[in-house]
Amino acid sequence: MASLTETRADTTGIVADEPPGVRRRAPYRTLAPARRSIAIVVLLLVWELLPRLSFVDATFLPPFSDVAVAWYDLLRSGELAEHTQASLVRSLAGFGLAIVVAIPLGLVIGWYRPVAELLNPVLELFRNTAALALLPVFVLILGLGETSKISIILYACTWPILLNTINGVKTVDPLLIKSARSMGLGALRLFQKVILPASVPAIFTGIRLAGAYSILVLVAAEMVGAKAGLGYLINHSQFNFAVPDMYAGIVTISVLGLLFNQLLLRLEGRFSTWRL
Amino acid sequence: MIRIEGVGKVFDVRGESFTALQDIDLEIRTGEFLAVVGPSGCGKSTLLDLLGGLSEPTSGRILLDGVPVTGPGLDRGVVFQQYALFPWRTAVANVEFGLEGKNLSKRERRERARHHLSLVGLSGFEDRYPHELSGGMRQRVAIARSLAFDPDVLLMDEPYAALDAQTRESLQDELLRIWERTGKTVVFITHGIEEAIYLGERVAVMTSRPGRIKHVVPVSLGRRTEGEVRAAPEFGRYRRELASLLRDEVERARIQELREVASVG
Repeated sequence: MASLTETRADTTGIVADEPPGVRRRAPYRTLAPARRSIAIVVLLLVWELLPRLSFVDATFLPPFSDVAVAWYDLLRSGELAEHTQASLVRSLAGFGLAIVVAIPLGLVIGWYRPVAELLNPVLELFRNTAALALLPVFVLILGLGETSKISIILYACTWPILLNTINGVKTVDPLLIKSARSMGLGALRLFQKVILPASVPAIFTGIRLAGAYSILVLVAAEMVGAKAGLGYLINHSQFNFAVPDMYAGIVTISVLGLLFNQLLLRLEGRFSTWRL
Repeated sequence: MIRIEGVGKVFDVRGESFTALQDIDLEIRTGEFLAVVGPSGCGKSTLLDLLGGLSEPTSGRILLDGVPVTGPGLDRGVVFQQYALFPWRTAVANVEFGLEGKNLSKRERRERARHHLSLVGLSGFEDRYPHELSGGMRQRVAIARSLAFDPDVLLMDEPYAALDAQTRESLQDELLRIWERTGKTVVFITHGIEEAIYLGERVAVMTSRPGRIKHVVPVSLGRRTEGEVRAAPEFGRYRRELASLLRDEVERARIQELREVASVG
């Protein structure tokens, strides 16, 4: 039974091939979270000490503990929740709409080569135009309300998703297509069973990038004509010289961005387990 | 029965026409194991693509049981050198791929896929993803996938070229075993003379580009799955015969290549 011995040889081969470092030493694993937070702790310490030791003017950079207190007050008064909610609604609306628009569009553009060739110059032009450069245009056309804010986020989020989707479809291994065609698959089923699943990792990369953009652009959008939102909070606090509040807003938005990115990373990992 | 009648294939490469195959005439009996050898770049794979219906001949025609081949279909199964497994599907789901085009219930599909995985010795590996399998195991999955939808013809394009020697030999034995059991027609393309002699009932030797059939050597080594066939004196004789048939072609292919490199540089 040649087959049996070979199978066994294969099995041991896999064990030997396992990437080194999969089984890490126990102390290394338990200390990992601590090691990762060292830099953050140092950063916060420096932030606390620089103003306290008068290396910088505490008026413009209050110590971290003051900012934390301001943050806690904002939280208790419910202001923080209100601003965060306003921001999240805008971000998620723009982000969600971008997903709905950009994925199908990207699939079509990537699949039909003539469409891609036709649209490519325009795509290149737009993706190299900073979204924020267009903010005044959006405000002019759509006014100061929610529409322009969500639209600018939608716009900024569309590009990474669109371009990654197009790229994902274009770079599907031709051998997989050939193999599927050899089994008699027509264009539609080829698309559904090969192109689409093969593009999922690339699409998710685009979605993750868009997630980051949705928070980045949000702040700028909220600095113009908003009555709520974290961007508004930051801008408004600066105007009224409530400097600790301003920093509280900044910290909140970076933590929000971080959490959003982590969530999307997890999701990406779940959908791309097969990718090495 | 497969009849290849006066088949030629010309490609257009950047405005220049490039003859890959010329005047191929060949008959392959139902249930026959035919090995095809030739120097690299002689159009072996092109010939297989034509048989698979993945591209169309420029001249001539290919008849499968009297019916011209006009496109791919589940009556032929192709096994590629690079396995071509779908990385997002587990082994069993890969084998099910071709079955999804047939009218089977989900349970029947799964059962048939499992059966064919066990046929190639991969029971217990059903839920592994391709990247969790070794090269030999991946090729077994690919073979199981092609067998599962029960094609009449198995078209194999240098399927073992990327494997190490031990794995290759055990997969050769396994293929012979499966071939004897299922009685499928097999067209097996290889650049290995010994592999061709060991597997093929006949070995077709192709010329360097443009690829033509130079000679077809019938091989009779008795029941090949038994004993040390490779050490038999007849085996050595076949090897010498095929080697001398190929030598000129390999040399010509090499000169062709050098000339092309020189003209490009």
